Amino acid sequence: MIMALGALLPLLLFVFPLWKITLEAPQYPTPLGMYIHINDFADANPHDIKNINLMNHYVGMKYIPDAIPEFKIFPIGILITTFIGLIIAFKANYKWFLYWFIMMVLVSTAGLIDFYLWEHEYGHDLDPKAIMKFTNPDGSIMGFQPPFFGSKDILNFTAHSYPQLGAYCLGLGIALGFVAYRLGKKHIVKT
Amino acid sequence: MKKIIKNPMLLMLGLSLFLVNCKDQNQGNNGALTSNAAERVYVAPGEHDEYYAFISGGFSGQLSVYGLPSGRLFKVIPVFSQDAEKAWGYNEETKPMLNTSHGFIPWDDSHHPDISQTNGELDGRWVFINGNNTPRIAKIDLSVFETTEIIEIPNSAGNHSSAFVTENTEYVVAGTRFSVPVPQRDMPISEYKGNFKGALTFISVDPEDGGMDIKFQLIMPGFDYDLSHPGRGESHGWFFFTTYNTEEASTLLEVNASQNDKDFIAAVNWKKIEEYVNNGGGTMMPARYAHNVYDDATHTGTSTMKEEVLVVNPSEVPGAVYLLPTPKSPHGCDVDPTGEYIVGNGKLSADLTVHSFTKMMDAIEGEKFDGDAYGIPILKFEDVLAGTVSQPGLGPLHTEFDGKGNAYTTFFISSEVVKWKLGTWEVVDRQPCYYSVGHLMIPGGNSRKPYGKYVVAMNKITKDRYLPTGPEVTQSAQLYDISGEKMELLLDFPTVGEPHYAAGISADIIKERSKKIFDLQDNKHKYGITSDADVRVERDGNEVHIYMSMIRSHFNPDNIEGVKVGDKVYFHVTNLEQDYDVPHGVSMIGANTSELLIMPGQTETFVWEPKQPGVWPFYCTDFCSALHQEMQGYVRVSPASSNIDLSWSLGE
Repeated sequence: MIMALGALLPLLLFVFPLWKITLEAPQYPTPLGMYIHINDFADANPHDIKNINLMNHYVGMKYIPDAIPEFKIFPIGILITTFIGLIIAFKANYKWFLYWFIMMVLVSTAGLIDFYLWEHEYGHDLDPKAIMKFTNPDGSIMGFQPPFFGSKDILNFTAHSYPQLGAYCLGLGIALGFVAYRLGKKHIVKT
Repeated sequence: MKKIIKNPMLLMLGLSLFLVNCKDQNQGNNGALTSNAAERVYVAPGEHDEYYAFISGGFSGQLSVYGLPSGRLFKVIPVFSQDAEKAWGYNEETKPMLNTSHGFIPWDDSHHPDISQTNGELDGRWVFINGNNTPRIAKIDLSVFETTEIIEIPNSAGNHSSAFVTENTEYVVAGTRFSVPVPQRDMPISEYKGNFKGALTFISVDPEDGGMDIKFQLIMPGFDYDLSHPGRGESHGWFFFTTYNTEEASTLLEVNASQNDKDFIAAVNWKKIEEYVNNGGGTMMPARYAHNVYDDATHTGTSTMKEEVLVVNPSEVPGAVYLLPTPKSPHGCDVDPTGEYIVGNGKLSADLTVHSFTKMMDAIEGEKFDGDAYGIPILKFEDVLAGTVSQPGLGPLHTEFDGKGNAYTTFFISSEVVKWKLGTWEVVDRQPCYYSVGHLMIPGGNSRKPYGKYVVAMNKITKDRYLPTGPEVTQSAQLYDISGEKMELLLDFPTVGEPHYAAGISADIIKERSKKIFDLQDNKHKYGITSDADVRVERDGNEVHIYMSMIRSHFNPDNIEGVKVGDKVYFHVTNLEQDYDVPHGVSMIGANTSELLIMPGQTETFVWEPKQPGVWPFYCTDFCSALHQEMQGYVRVSPASSNIDLSWSLGE
């Protein structure tokens, strides 16, 4: 049963956001924010993404796209892994719980790496005609990549990047897969 | 003090001595100021004031928005006067708002703001204010702090006993100060008496959108209807108007209208008249008056000329109107929070007269009349009198209430605010005003629940109170703390124009509803655009329509060619921003109009008629961003005979 719950929990990614990036600055007493859902970017407050784009165009950053390929791939990935997880939960040996757990860890890590790469690209692929160009102390061109996890000062903004409820549900689901494996092992050993 | 007051001349002398005395003290110490006054009006940077105060501009025609207790000015809302800063009355969208049956009028004299109410308490949805000169009532929507409706009042002149609302904002009421021939006609002025009429106008207010419509006009005898206030609580359904010139003089009124020992407060049972007209009563008479409505979706005002108005004669509805004798040309007509007391501020009387609503109803029941005026029953003074505040000062004008059983009256001649007790009529305290106070305002004053913490006195004269600015010096407001037994002067602050009354309300009621932007998707402006894809320039004969967008930090298009001398060029400019507090402005060299100041999501239009060939720049007038200085563009103007096609571009 725990395995089934673990397999189902990631579905909550379709309800709750995965990640949130928040930009604070003195001129924004209500910070600008963007939620990253498994299939969408969403404003924290109305028009935030439009206003983030407006801010970022000064330093030559690209507009945050309406859609990225991941919005199609990730939902399918989650649906497939959930499906597999449910089959395992009802049909398979506890050892498969471990395989599912390892698979999920690998899939999630791939997702995070993808997220990091996107962030890096977004923060570094700057328009050569950018209105304002900044350089690092070593002379290299300054990038504006938001933090992957945590908080970071970028010019006049403080950017925060933290997982949201959807990510916690995913994490908990994966953890439950491992718990199910441990419990299954104990049960077998006892009997 | 009380003994001296017995002789008004002595009082004047005494007061002038007192003022001189005060001045000496001022030079030595803080004078009337309490020692920690600064702390009590200090609102720290970034903090908000506790109250909004909407202070009328009088001859400025506008309504200014202040914070209390700091006295900081936030905004001057254009109402009846053109305002080049906000393009009010200059852009194509708001010109219709200043239309009247006399044509476009760029100015008026704004007097008495009053905030809408629900169940006798301020709800903060709208402020109504009267234009005194060319009679009009304006409605300001407090979600946008903009004038969204103006209705002209026919058969009226000197629209002064206005714009006060009933306790559920059923009506906003506008009474005429000057009686006139009704309908207007060519006749000798000397035949005023008996022929001129005074119209009291009841404008219904739509409970949903606040839409105004004249429900009926009560055609009263030819007195001057000076001020008014609604009944509330038990007296809800009645409206009270002070009158002067019951002598019906038409010349040298300062003498001829000051002869009667008593004038009247007219008590009007509007519920009774409403019922009468709902059942088909009253007469439709021809009357031309403009009704101007501004729509927040189209960002455009529309002026409609109305052709008739429903009039009612008091004699048609027996029992609807009574006259309460009130000494000496009463000015302010103020009703206490319970609705029981009606204060007649007899400006030429040494006493303040207070009538009782209960006694009035008893007298009406008992039919104890003292004759009539043009068929309107006159009640006996003694039968309706609740009490008299004996010789509290000179020249009483207006009274407000603190909701704790106290009343505060301004005295113009003796230049002071006097606090007195309802019921016992005793004077509790008096504080000088600098100088010659007119109105006063307690936030929530015209409601069942005044806040009772501060009173703002609005002074007509300041003389030496501020740094001099040539012959014309500022008028001013003074803030007193009234939370204790004694009033304490805390602050002086200059005002815009000459305030005639104000309305105050707890900031919490309004600030959460204050709109931040106009949603671009809801923009229904005829020439509005919602994205850069719709940007274009079109020619229609010699009219050129530019559908232009603005966003940080450029106009689109910013290069336009093909305009010719003799063209009438319409700049329809849409601000595509959707961020709070990012307006853009636009102005064109040589345009015979004002700039535009356009809020996010809004479209506005100005007209430019280029007079000579050349390449003419336009630019953003509001420092919008780090690249504001770069926000500019050019229009090429060719001779009338040229055949250059229209073209437009951005960044090519």
